[in-house]
Amino acid sequence: MRNSKVVTLEEAIRRSGLKDGMTISFHHHFRGGDKVVNLVVDKLAEMGFRDLKLAASSLSDVHSPLIGHIKNGVITGISTSGLRGELASEISHGLMKEPVVFRSHGGRGSAIANGDLHIDVAFLGASSCDCLGNASGCPRSENAKSICGSLGYALPDAKHADHVVVLTDDLVAYPNVPKSISACDVESVVVVDSVGDSSKISSGAIRDSKNPRDILLAQQAAKVIINSGYFVDGFSIQTGTGGASLAAVKYIRESMIEKGIKASFALGGITAHMVKLHEEGLIGRLIDVQSFDKVAAESIASDQLHQEVSAVEYASADNPGSAVHALDIVILSALEVDVDFNVNVLVGSDGVIRGAIGGHPDTAEDSALSIIVCPLLRGRIPCVVPKVTTLITPGAGVDVVVTEYGIAVNPRRPEIAGRLKEAGLNVVDIHDLAAKATSVIGVPDPLPFGDKVVGIVMDRHGNVLDKIHNIQ
Amino acid sequence: MERLRRTMMFVPGNNPGMMADAHIYGPDSIMLDLEDSVTMAEKDAARLLVHNALKSIDYGDTEMVVRINPLNTPYGRKDVEAVVKAGVDVIRMPKTETADEVRELEAEIIKVEEELGCVGRTQIMAAIESALGIVNAYEIATASKRMMGIALGAEDYTANLKTPRTPEGSELLLARETIVVAARAAGIACFDTVYSNLEDMDTFRKEVELIKNLGFDGKSIINPRQIQVVNEVFAPKQKDIDKALKIIAAIKEARAKGSGVIAVNGKMVDRPVVLRAERVIALAVASGILNEEELS
Repeated sequence: MRNSKVVTLEEAIRRSGLKDGMTISFHHHFRGGDKVVNLVVDKLAEMGFRDLKLAASSLSDVHSPLIGHIKNGVITGISTSGLRGELASEISHGLMKEPVVFRSHGGRGSAIANGDLHIDVAFLGASSCDCLGNASGCPRSENAKSICGSLGYALPDAKHADHVVVLTDDLVAYPNVPKSISACDVESVVVVDSVGDSSKISSGAIRDSKNPRDILLAQQAAKVIINSGYFVDGFSIQTGTGGASLAAVKYIRESMIEKGIKASFALGGITAHMVKLHEEGLIGRLIDVQSFDKVAAESIASDQLHQEVSAVEYASADNPGSAVHALDIVILSALEVDVDFNVNVLVGSDGVIRGAIGGHPDTAEDSALSIIVCPLLRGRIPCVVPKVTTLITPGAGVDVVVTEYGIAVNPRRPEIAGRLKEAGLNVVDIHDLAAKATSVIGVPDPLPFGDKVVGIVMDRHGNVLDKIHNIQ
Repeated sequence: MERLRRTMMFVPGNNPGMMADAHIYGPDSIMLDLEDSVTMAEKDAARLLVHNALKSIDYGDTEMVVRINPLNTPYGRKDVEAVVKAGVDVIRMPKTETADEVRELEAEIIKVEEELGCVGRTQIMAAIESALGIVNAYEIATASKRMMGIALGAEDYTANLKTPRTPEGSELLLARETIVVAARAAGIACFDTVYSNLEDMDTFRKEVELIKNLGFDGKSIINPRQIQVVNEVFAPKQKDIDKALKIIAAIKEARAKGSGVIAVNGKMVDRPVVLRAERVIALAVASGILNEEELS
């Protein structure tokens, strides 16, 4: 019975014992290039399944075909970190009967590990896999068609799902090592034409900014870090993928070289910028739950000091071993921050879901210093507001907010405010920032939310944090 | 102390987004443009936008300049009325060729100021963009007490000279030197022309070094990314700051003693040296090398 695991998708589904009403899961390491979700759900629809619950680590623009599957009753529940594009818009307008459940990456890892989120069948894409199911996000042959690097968000699914199907576009000779997903956790292997479009795997989230405002925000964020008291030899850092976050890395690098300071590790979504600093000897180790671009994916394939971690190892609140507990500094972005330092990264100022929670609340809460970088004004949209539209990261975990009109420090951290003022930075009261936004833009009309709950935001510990209503 | 004018940032007068936050990048002056960056069809709308921007946006200490359309167009006089009523600091005249043009503008400004009861509030600067303007530079610079500065506009000037622009700028040398000399003779400020290739910061930096050495107060810029380069070039060297600090200390000492004679290391210090020291200190503070508390 050699190679008995390698079967067609239909056979794999049949073997999995999947039934109507069960939960299926996916990871989002192929981001905007992902082909696995649509391929599998199309097949499930064709095979006549109904009332399935889709538990993805995240969903993006490319998943708009799910709208049809929701309408025809194949998918009746969704849990995810984020939603974008047409699917997000339809759901915001009330497409689904059941609300979408939103969790952070750490929160999802914990929920899968402790059984809050039970997965019946996981469908996990991989850039390479052998016939027994050892799978990786790294290419391992000249026939390789895709590369995504870390499979960190798929690892809780692989470990805890009742049944695991790996889909790959490059079936390689045994043994496919080093592996991310172990053959011992995998029941079936399915070979497909393509798991993801590599050119789009790094699109969307990453951009190198020449925008003067991003550069200004990045310079300010870098100054906050350098003068925060946490910029010492051996510090650790995580950055988001917004233009300003990425540009901040450039200025921090200059200061690290000038002052002879090195970082012990960089965490989270790893980008080419972080790989560069690592290769220059400025960052000791890279701890990678998601490789954000091709450079990062190639680095994890070849560099022993660039290590993959699972979502649980990355950011679980319940597990004291998770990496966020050792994290010093995180730079994050925001759609909105309010005067209590609460942050919204999920729902736009038009009331439509247009983002992802990601590791935002996980890293903000557990890091020693969390810095939110966000413009005060995006065109006519105020980003520092009296109250966030949707609560994603509670203000208790947010230390500093950097805007182009000044830097606000949470009153819980007076020592940081003192250090920044001493360094000559423009430290302001967050209420003044909100007032400034109002003085330029005026008070926006209230959003026309309806009575239907279309989304539930869970906190990191499995409690309901906020509800998202339909927008009319 | 004299106002610093290292950077005058051009912002199109028909772009509310850019006008709303131009000051956050810290240019010394902002020039809202009603002339070349605004098409005929948008002249009225831009005038209204600029008027309201000046009235409603808190630009802090930034010097606010508006480049109006020439008075011999259907827009020029309306521009003057709108921006003077909004309280603009400086009106910039484009394509100035003679002192009479300055006096004509001044008369227009006075008409509006008299109506408002604030005669003398609005300053004038002239952009010189032709061979005739260069020949008349000193007359232009001294045409009115309101003259704040003169600036070179290189594109029209080189077209008028019938020569192309070169990276090293040899074709601009006479114009640049003439403008600096005329401005200094008149006791007003002078600004160099824009550099429009944002991808080539190295050549931009060389040009800024050149014009600083020629004696310009600053440079016209088109993007916030150029501010840092200009400020770095204009930032004084530590040895100049140390020297300037000694001179300032000597002034204080002399005042404390009630003496009119200022001496450093036993040598008398002349007034030009004092002025230069004051400018070095102002630049050092603006560049963040010195902070004002240390001075007091």
